[in-house]
Amino acid sequence: MCQTIIADVGRARRNCFLLGDHPARQIDEAKLANDPISQFQISKILPMEAMGLDISFTNSSLFMVATVGVSAAFLIMTTSGRGLIPSRLQSISEMCYEFVADLLRSSAGSEGMKFFPLVFSLFVFILMANLFGMFPYFFTVTSHIIVTAALALLVIGLVLVYGFWKNGLGFLKLFVPSGVPAVLIPLIVAIEVMSFISRPISLSVRLFANVLAGHITLKVFAGFIPMLSKIGFVGVVGAILPLGFTVALTALEFLVAFLQAYVFAILTCMYLNDAIHPSH
Amino acid sequence: MELEAANALANAGKYIGAGLACIGMAGAGVGLGTLFGNFLSGALRNPSAADAQFGRLIFGFAVTEALGIFSLLIALLLIFAI
Repeated sequence: MCQTIIADVGRARRNCFLLGDHPARQIDEAKLANDPISQFQISKILPMEAMGLDISFTNSSLFMVATVGVSAAFLIMTTSGRGLIPSRLQSISEMCYEFVADLLRSSAGSEGMKFFPLVFSLFVFILMANLFGMFPYFFTVTSHIIVTAALALLVIGLVLVYGFWKNGLGFLKLFVPSGVPAVLIPLIVAIEVMSFISRPISLSVRLFANVLAGHITLKVFAGFIPMLSKIGFVGVVGAILPLGFTVALTALEFLVAFLQAYVFAILTCMYLNDAIHPSH
Repeated sequence: MELEAANALANAGKYIGAGLACIGMAGAGVGLGTLFGNFLSGALRNPSAADAQFGRLIFGFAVTEALGIFSLLIALLLIFAI
């Protein structure tokens, strides 16, 4: 009996972790409330189905729409004044623009500036999604590998298509660094190809795993507070320690939220640079 | 009874594996220490050149940290997904 309950909890956890909505997850809502994984559960808001595919409007979709809506509204509203002397909010947007433009110009050159809209959108989307996720009870869009993998595949696909379109087969020079002795070339090419193939994986997993691990850590530390304060006065006093940790971790998570968006943008710039100048 | 024992053993293996996977993060820790330490020693020698290298620092940080995160991910998968 005990075994089956444990197995059920395990299955419910697995379902909410990997599949989202599933009948099996309704077994132990109460037990799962304290589970650090249940915050990543996807639930359907508007169930829809087309051609056998589940295209429901989920809480993930809702927060994606909110992310895009809020960031677009913010950027449009703050820059619509077009003041020569920018207001405070306008200077935030302008700083954001300058920041990404400098990043792209310094790593991909002025030729890379044609990809500015893509890099800027990626940066703002990931940053906003990460920051949205920092609100309690909000869903974090980037904590699901499918979202980050889609973004990474978009970048790598663009690099491949643009690289071959612009350089033709010269794009393959990317895999043969100049100045390598002829004996080493097969080995180097194998390593370079491996590293190129692992790029979309590392790009997506880095973002997703950072956000996931951060949110799990936050929830685990926050879970210590009610756990400790249940045991009486000593526990309440002792709970100050995990509370302090939670506050510090929240600050760290804000840093990670920005840093991961920055890292994603800078890596995108570097991969685009490979597509523009493959032989360097 | 035998099934129960096997299940318990599998559970134990899961948690031991998760713990072992976390050892991988030590490598990322060493790498990040080397990275930031070397950046700092370089930056203190020539502070005027330090700002221009910030992007490279972050790039190195991202690539190094990813490996530690991968091992953490294996541990999380072992605990929550398998």
